[in-house]
Order: sequence, then C-alpha cells, then structure tokens
Amino acid sequence: MPLDLVVNVTIAGVLTGMVYGLMALGLSVIFGVVRVVNFAHGEMMTIAMYAAVSLFAAFQLDPFLAAIPVAAGFFVLGYLLQAGLINPFITRPEHSQFMLMVAVAIIMVNGMLIAFGPDARNVQIAYQLESWEIGKILLDKPRVYAALMAAATSAALFLFFKLSLTGKAIRACADNHLGALVVGLNVKHLYALTFGLGAACVAVAGCMMILFLDVTPSLGPSYTLLAFIIVIVGGLGSLTGALLGGVLIGLSEALAGLFIQPSAKSMFCYGLLILVLLFRPQGLLGKKS
Amino acid sequence: MNRRDFNKAAAAVAAATALSPLNRAFAQAQKLKVGVLLPRSGFQGLIGQSCQKGADLAPGVIKQMLGVDIELMSADTETNVDTARTRAERLIQEGANVLVGPFDSGAALAIAQVAEQRGVPFVVNIAAAPQLTEQGYKYVFRNFPTAIDLTVNGLALIGDLFRATNVAPRTAVFMHVNDTFGQAMQKGIGATLPRLTQLPFKIVDTIAYDPAAKDLTVEVSKAKAANADFLLLVCRLNDAIILRREMVKQRWFPMGVVSPGSPGMYEEQFSKALGPIANYCISNAPWYNPKTNMTKVVKAAFDKANPREKFVFHGTNVVYTYESILIAADAFKRAKSTDPKALTEAIRQTNITDRTVLGGPLKFNAKGQVEGNLSACTQNLNGEPRVVLPESAAEAKPVFPVPDYKKA
Amino acid sequence: MKQKVLLLVLFAVLLIFPKVVNPYLLSVGTLILYLAYTGQAWNVMMGFAGQLSLGHSLYVGVGAYAAAAIFVHYGIGPWAGVWLAIAVCVAIGAAIGFLAFRFGISGVYFALLTIAFAEFTRIGFDHLNWTGGSGGLFLKVAQRDQIDLANFRGPPEMYYYSILILVFAALVLCNYLLKSKAGYYWQAIRENEEAAQALGINTFRWKMLAVVISSAMTAVSGVFFAFYYNNLFPEQIFHISRSIEIILAPIIGGVGTLFGPILGAVVLTVLSDSITELLAYFGWEIPGIKQVFYGIVLLLVIMFLPHGIWPPLARKLGLAK
Repeated sequence: MPLDLVVNVTIAGVLTGMVYGLMALGLSVIFGVVRVVNFAHGEMMTIAMYAAVSLFAAFQLDPFLAAIPVAAGFFVLGYLLQAGLINPFITRPEHSQFMLMVAVAIIMVNGMLIAFGPDARNVQIAYQLESWEIGKILLDKPRVYAALMAAATSAALFLFFKLSLTGKAIRACADNHLGALVVGLNVKHLYALTFGLGAACVAVAGCMMILFLDVTPSLGPSYTLLAFIIVIVGGLGSLTGALLGGVLIGLSEALAGLFIQPSAKSMFCYGLLILVLLFRPQGLLGKKS
Repeated sequence: MNRRDFNKAAAAVAAATALSPLNRAFAQAQKLKVGVLLPRSGFQGLIGQSCQKGADLAPGVIKQMLGVDIELMSADTETNVDTARTRAERLIQEGANVLVGPFDSGAALAIAQVAEQRGVPFVVNIAAAPQLTEQGYKYVFRNFPTAIDLTVNGLALIGDLFRATNVAPRTAVFMHVNDTFGQAMQKGIGATLPRLTQLPFKIVDTIAYDPAAKDLTVEVSKAKAANADFLLLVCRLNDAIILRREMVKQRWFPMGVVSPGSPGMYEEQFSKALGPIANYCISNAPWYNPKTNMTKVVKAAFDKANPREKFVFHGTNVVYTYESILIAADAFKRAKSTDPKALTEAIRQTNITDRTVLGGPLKFNAKGQVEGNLSACTQNLNGEPRVVLPESAAEAKPVFPVPDYKKA
Repeated sequence: MKQKVLLLVLFAVLLIFPKVVNPYLLSVGTLILYLAYTGQAWNVMMGFAGQLSLGHSLYVGVGAYAAAAIFVHYGIGPWAGVWLAIAVCVAIGAAIGFLAFRFGISGVYFALLTIAFAEFTRIGFDHLNWTGGSGGLFLKVAQRDQIDLANFRGPPEMYYYSILILVFAALVLCNYLLKSKAGYYWQAIRENEEAAQALGINTFRWKMLAVVISSAMTAVSGVFFAFYYNNLFPEQIFHISRSIEIILAPIIGGVGTLFGPILGAVVLTVLSDSITELLAYFGWEIPGIKQVFYGIVLLLVIMFLPHGIWPPLARKLGLAK
C-alpha cells in the first residue's frame, strides 16, 4: 500500500471528521444542557442546506456568507421550537420525547419534499472542485474551509460558555437543574436559548455541508444517528469532545475503508459507539455524572 | 317513466342487442382498467414520478395507435412493501383488470403474490431481480431485462465501444454500490467476464461502497491507486455525483467512466449537478430506440404533457412503463374481454413488433420474461445522454478515451 | 367481568372478519394484527420493564433470516425454523441485555445501543453471502390455494388466522406476566430502579427476563414476516424506519397496557388509509402531503394523550381499575 495513499486518506478522514464534528456540535450543546433527544437534528440540518441553496439561487450568496442569516434565523426558530413545543416534554419519559421529535421529523422531511421536490439540489461555486497539491498530498479546498469553520465555531461557543454571564448560567442549568432553579435562574428561557444556539450551530453546519453534498429531503436520518454517535463518543456537553468524536469517527471510517472493506466502514462507527457505551459511557472528554 | 315508455325502451334495447352480438360482448367490456403501482413518495419518489409520466400519457397514445380505451387507476406504493401489497389488493378490489408497476424488486414480489392469489395478470415495468420470473408464477410477466441480461448486454456493448473507437484498454478498476442491484451486477460480471474473451481488459481491483455513503474519498483514493486504464462503475444517482466530484478533486482522469448497466450517470440530476464534468460519462442501459415510429409518438405526447421536462432524461422510465400498459391494451384488444384468465392467456401470446424499447419483438418466454430487450450505449454529450451504440439507433459518435484523459 | 365480555366480543368479531370482508380489507387486517403482535412484543421490554429499545427490527430481521435461511438451504420448515429463530434472538437479546445492564446503561444510552446493534447487523447482513447479501433472500413460493401447514403456505385466510392466534397468545401471556411476580417487580423497577434494588430485588435478573421474552416473541414475528412476504432484504428489514414503525402502535395506543398495541395498530392503519382516501377525494395528490398530515396527527396525539389512547378510552368504557 503506497504511503501517499495512506497519508491522503488519513488527512481526508481528519478533515471529514471535523465537518462531522461541526454537525454534531449543535446536538452536543442541546443534548448536553436540555437533555432532550432531538431526533430531528438531521432534518434541521437539511432545512439549513435548503436555505443555503435558496439563498444561492436567489442572490448568488456564497454559503459562508449565507451562514450568517441562516444561523440567525435558526436561532430564532430553535428558541421558539423549544419554548413552544419541547418544553412540556422535558419531564416526560424518553420514549415520549423520542416520538415527539420523530413526528416533527416526519413533518419536516415531507414538508421539504412538497416545497422542493425530490430532486437533489446543490450550489455551484468555483472552489468546490479545487484542491491544493503539495507534492503527492492533495488537500480538498471545501473540506479545509469547512474544517476551519468548525474550529472557529466551536472556539466561539467555548468562549461564550466560558466568559459570558448567560453562558455560565446555561452551564449551571446543565450541571444542576434544581440548583439553578433555586438560585433563581429562568431555566425555561435558558433552555430555549440553548436550543437556539444549538440550532444556529446546525445551520452553520448545513451551510458548510452544501459545499460537498447535494441536498435531498431524505438526507436527515443518517446524520441524526451520526451526530448522536459523535456526541456520545466525544462526551456529553463537551464542545471539544464533539470535534474530537467527529475526527475519531471520520478517521476510523477512512482507515477501515482503506484497509478492510469500504462498504462496511459504517460498521466501525457503530462498533466504536458500543465500545464507548460499555467502557466509558461519559465519552472521551465528558465528565462522569 | 311510464309503462309505455319503458316498453319502448326495452324493445329498442332488445333490438340493438339482437342485431350485434359481437358489439354486445365488446360493449360489456369496452374499457380496460389498468392498476398502476409506483413509488411516488418515499425514497424512490423521484424515479416513481418519472415512471408515472409514462403511465399518464399511455391512454392517449394507445387510443390513437390501437383504438383501445384504457382507464388508469394509479396508486402510490410509498417505497414500502406493506403499502405495495395492500394497495395492490385495493386496486383489484376496485376492479382493476390488470396491474402494472412497481419499479422495485421487493415491491414487485409482494404484488406478484397478490396477483397470483387473485388470478389477476401483473406486468412488471422495471425490476431486475432474476428471481421474479423464476418462481413459477402464472400471472406475472416482466418486460425488462434481468440483472443477468443487463450484465451480458452491458459488457458486450463495452466490447463494441472499444471496437468502434479503436481503443484497447488493458485494465479496469471496478467500483460498485453494495446494494441489491450492485451485488447482482458484481456476481454477473464475475461470471460472464471470463467467458467474454473478446473483451481485452482485466479488472485489477474491485471496490464495493455503501450506497448511503456521503463521503467517497477513501474509495476513490483506492481506485485511483489501482492505476487502471478506465473505471467500470455500477452506481446509483447520488453516489455517482459524489464519486465524479471526488474524482476531479483527486485529479484522477482515467480513459473514461463506463457503466455496464446501472442508473445514475444518464439521469438529469447528474448533468445538472455536475455541469461540464458530467460529460463523456458512458452508461450502457436499457433504453428506447430513438428511430422507431412509436417512440416518436410517445415522445411527442410526453413533450406536450411535460413542456418543462426533457424526454431524454425520462426515456427509459417512460417507455418501459408505457410498454407495460401497451402489453395490457394489446392483449385486451385480442382477448376482447376483461376476464382475467382470457387476458392472461392473451398476454402470454403477445407479439409486438412496433415498439419504443430498443430490442427485438416483444414476446414472453415460458417463464413470462421478455428476452431480447437490449441496452444502448449512451454518452453524456452537451449535458444530455445520447445513444452512441448500436449504430442502427445511434444519434452521435462515441468519444473514447475522453478529452481530459491523463495517463497516470 | 365487563372486560372479559368485551374481549369475547372482540375475539368473535376478529374470527369472522375474513368471512365477511373483501380480500383488500383482509390484507389490511393481517397487517394490523402483525403490527399489533410485534408492538406487543416490544411492549414487554418497554412498557413492562421500562427499557426503550429503538432497534427492535434487529430481532424481526434475525428471526426472519434464521428461519428463511434454513428453509432455503436445507428445506427445513418454519415449525422447526421458528425454534432456531427464537434461540438466536434470545441469545442476541441476552447479550445486549447483559452488556447494557452489567455496565449500567439505561435510558437514552440504552436506546442508542440498540440502534447501534441493529445498524451493525444491517450492514453485516449486507455482506453475508449465505443469506444472499444485499441482493436479498428469496423463498420459493408454491401454489397458494391449498393449505400446506408444514411449510406455512396457503391462502391469505390462513395467514390471518395464524397472526390472530399469535396476537391472542401474546395477550394471554402478557396478562399472565403482568399479574405475576414478574409484573410487580417490573413495575417497581420501572418506577424507581434504585428503590427496587434497595428492597432486595435482583433488578438485573428481572430486566434480563423482560429482554429475553421480548426478543423471543419478536423472533416469531420475524418468522411470520419471512413466510408471508417471501423475500428479505437487509436494507428493508433491519432499517431504523422499521424499528420506528414497530414502536408507533404501542406508543400511540398506550405503553405498558395490554390493549394499547392492538388499539394503536388499528388506529394508525385506519388513520393512514383514511388520510390517503381523503386526499384522493379532494384531489390533493401531492407526494408527501399524506405523511405531513400523518405526522401532524402523531404530534397531536403525543402532545395531548401522553399515555396513549387506551387509558382514557378504558376509563370512558368503564374498564379501568
């Protein structure tokens, strides 16, 4: 096996993994704080991708720039979704929460089918097919940009949670729900804020994803699953954990695909999930609860 | 109505009936009710809707060409086996004389069992699983090549392609989706390629990939590292798009991308999503014969009903679905009744020479399978798939190796 | 007493059902009963022992493939095959249960574990050539007019009655379980596992029992599926949408109740068909719109009837204790 092949695949795996991490970031934030099983996560990302496509079609807006209005819009929608629909379900049993989000997901997927039709949509930008060549190493431009965006977004979130008052309040809610209530925090509002933030992350992820993936209405479910796996592997509530989990999954899939069988590479992320659940359920970077 | 009027009416009816016994028999069964089962929603929604266009234009064309009245009863299988089964029962309940559809092998098998149970003929429009016509069913007919036929035809065409362009590539790397279709193709190629000694190339590596994979970097890297002359690809639409993009990003420019028989590269989305890099990809697929009279009529009807669509992208789905209804109508015309047994026997005796599909006459063998449906070698030229082989049906000349070919 | 009378009436209605309806409604009825039975099997694990399994398609698939594979390769009929199916599924269920409970995995994590196993198996079967890989496994279908019980072949009525018997057997079994010691222990574990442990209940053992019973029952459902549809594809039978389909009926009907899954299956199927009919009547044949309405109804039921339809209905009928 030629060395440059292994190196290229490894780099590609890491870059792809960072994009996965960006996608899972939103879920980590939501799941880590509100503890709601958002099974419509992938569908939300799909809607963000359609938003990016529409903005591109109408205004020729580069998805990087489109990420700003889309994220803002998703923040508002996420806030409303949590405050309006999901809040009463926090105390309900898990299967109820799950079914709620499944119903929401069904409505979203078919709503998109009606609105956009079954055709795959995409954006067509100059740098989409470009790559940097360094000797025998090939660096995929869109993926590098997306990976940088992932790093930037998680850095921004990290700073928010660490430094801002609201961020600290949200972390307090996550650590101790009852304690937060006792101290007088408006937990409902903070939860909704968190969901909004998570949704905004998903929006950014969607705008990045459209650079190398065509969007169809049924794109969501596989990404929902992947996001959960990454969040659990990386560690609940840990932003770096989400990125790390993503990179781990991306890398293991790439190497498994290279050395074993590409069509079975997804088995590895499930295998990894099972191992983590058994031996380190708080995830690699999570805190033991 | 009073007694006198009633008597007059009764007398008139009796007279009319007495005068034309044939007309009366035909009058009882003047219309053929065709139940159309297709996946219009769900995962296969896009293709199902494409097939539906072929079904929708059939009554008009068939009335014009055969003088037969067809009433369509359409049902959505929702890409779900349970729904396919209950919808089939429902259509039969509502009086469908014959069923056609359903694009998917799994759904076809479910509907086939219903058809056998109820003794209603079922004409499969598109489904490649060989087992469909190996079960000994008496009411099931298929007018579409099996996966084995597709493989044999597809590989033969590749040989023709190399002869026509005077190129003799020695190695190929074979990539295929790991689903029902891809695995059948892989087995088929494994079995037939060694026997086809006139094909000069060897497969140096086989890479199977997950049809749901959104990232094919590893697969393409592996394929590129095989250093083969050309890429033999069995794919579906979404993965074909991802693959082609990845090839360009990884700067892999083989002699060509050739599919021995799979959807994907000739579809509209492929050209739309990829623009110029979609050009010159070659797909050997079941296709329509652009030169026959009936094709021209069907195309005209399609263009009229779908002014914003291009026939060339829906051709295969449309003509195979159209022909499944044509078979029903033709049998009805000969049987002169909607009795299911008579219809089934008439279908068995089908012999249609004026066709849309590329191939020999439409005849069923003892298992209910049509032999002789051919694939065409199509190449994306200027954003549309054009038939380049066989020469008798060609619309353009094949280009191989492709212009951006770079020796590894 | 009222409950027993209602039950007998229901049984009688279901018995004569095939004789009075057309084949289309019979196929719908068979589907409803299949969903009801499978939902009831899942209910044992969730409703009784409180373990949320989102990968139940695993047992349906493995059960189906086990019985179908030995039928196709060795000609062994389903009456023997079902025991193999049950054995394999019990082994898998026990393994998952052991791993989960020994390592203290519960709630959402347990659910995700079950999904992981189902997906892992799906991809695994895609590559398993002995069962046809992703190309699918096809059972030979013989003439369907005579009843060939040994090979479980026959007219649709036979399938209907078979699944009806299964549904009632499940009801009887679940009723017995609920009233037995197991039922009480399960309730205790469901309400508060730590307290139950403090009381000296061996929670591990009783949770395992629920998992094992549930997987065994689901295996039988898989065998029925294999011999009714006669073709199996890993992509379809192990898919997460199938798992979701299995749990819809019990959740809508009422988790943990006896009649919830059956009621849920009826409501969902009737709802699905009614929406299709209604939309066809209004001419709104837009692909996807049916699922949107379906999703909205699901949403409303989840929001306003959190314990399912059966509990309030039972209260109205004066059947609740």
